[in-house]
Amino acid sequence: MSASLRVRGLTHRYPTSSGNVLDGLDLDVAAGERVALLGPNGSGKTTLALHLNGLIPAQSGTVEVGGRPVAGEHLPEVRRRVGLVFQDPDDQLFMPRVREDVAFGPANLGVPAKERPAVVDRALAAVDAAHLAERHPHHLSGGEKRRVALATVLAMEPDVLVLDEPTSGLDPVGRRELAELLVALDTTLLVVTHDLPFALQTCPRSVVIDGGRVVIDAPTAELLADPDRLARHRLELPFGFVLGPG
Amino acid sequence: MGGGLRHRGALHLLVERDSPVHRARPEAKVVALVLFAVALAATPERALAAFALHGAVLALVAGAARLPAGTVRRRALVALPFLGVAALLPFAADGPRVALGPLAVSEDGLWAGGALAARAVLGATAAVVLTATTSVADLLAGLAHLRLPRVVVGIVASMLRYLDLVADQLHRTRLAMAARGHDPRWLWQARPLAAGAGTLFVRTYERGERVHQAMLARGFTRRLPDLRPPPAGAPAIGWAAALAPALVSLLVAVGAILR
Repeated sequence: MSASLRVRGLTHRYPTSSGNVLDGLDLDVAAGERVALLGPNGSGKTTLALHLNGLIPAQSGTVEVGGRPVAGEHLPEVRRRVGLVFQDPDDQLFMPRVREDVAFGPANLGVPAKERPAVVDRALAAVDAAHLAERHPHHLSGGEKRRVALATVLAMEPDVLVLDEPTSGLDPVGRRELAELLVALDTTLLVVTHDLPFALQTCPRSVVIDGGRVVIDAPTAELLADPDRLARHRLELPFGFVLGPG
Repeated sequence: MGGGLRHRGALHLLVERDSPVHRARPEAKVVALVLFAVALAATPERALAAFALHGAVLALVAGAARLPAGTVRRRALVALPFLGVAALLPFAADGPRVALGPLAVSEDGLWAGGALAARAVLGATAAVVLTATTSVADLLAGLAHLRLPRVVVGIVASMLRYLDLVADQLHRTRLAMAARGHDPRWLWQARPLAAGAGTLFVRTYERGERVHQAMLARGFTRRLPDLRPPPAGAPAIGWAAALAPALVSLLVAVGAILR
């Protein structure tokens, strides 16, 4: 299953910040699309991600998931449909055992206790972490933690998956494995990242946010082949990477 | 984080072995520990044989658990403060005096001190055996099975989960200070460490907010769901076997009272 996203005129200002973090942002993502959300530090990427799940209520503007507004009585349904994977897996994994952590989301959704083990096993198997079920999160490596954090969200069978900096702290193999895993999912995917090669690997389309608005919306390969355009928004490919046009 | 910095903390008390004590139901072990503590408390001060039997019961359980004696002894040192108090009692208490070497000490105090020491050592050792044979997750599951309020179990669980993380952070902060030449030897040099701890407090507070957000994102509605795994068939060691040693101790205590 997958669902579309529609954001219109989204504006947000934190009480302590001087200007708007999001400033009339518009974004459409079709069901099943995979989109990279790029932009310099402080451009509002994470703030946008938190809006998609209703963790931050819209101050002005609207967010819709699968045609339903992210607000009020729709929130429980939206939180089932939009899975948010946080940047630091230690924020996500709070139970003493991986199995219980993965069961947390489904339990909140009302999945009966008898059916939960199967749901947990399926989610862990999807991220190749079935063998970690009885482990303590503190004893996992960075890559394992990240896969398990993803499983805690996959267990809720989301239609839209939003990942915040999924590659930070991953070694190259872990990064490649994550990319392969994401591409194989059939959900709508939104990847907030600074990792441009990873964006290219996983997302055919890229959206650059700067100053709280969408400033570029282009095919990822085309965007990464244009260093001048990237540089205007403090983005650049890592040293040694060159992408030819087309 | 990752594999870089690992240290031992509250969560690493489990000594992994395959033993009947390890396989016993966690909730039964918790109840057994409570019963054993009751037996210790109920045993009259001057019932030396009863204390010896309690010790024998405990030694049998620890032996069956195949725990290294050194580890058990080292961890049982938590009873040390009680031993200090126990050592003072013969001097502090009133009543008839008896000679202990060159000293004249209170007889009542001597018995009271001896009993306190025995209770402290046996009680602490029993707790050590429980924590060395039961993982924290199992222990929490056991407490939940014993109908401890879910929210209390949840709070303890997340506290233990993040205790390690905070300890790791503090350790990294200290390493980062040492790497820049900070080598505190005296109390007045502890200021940077205190500042580090303050920063850590703020960071921990922020983490709390993020953890809460992550929970909300997964549909948390301020009511912690019951995450107890469903009872998995018949456990290898059931209630009766797990409680047997503690019940023997209770009988010993009752016998000593009635004598």
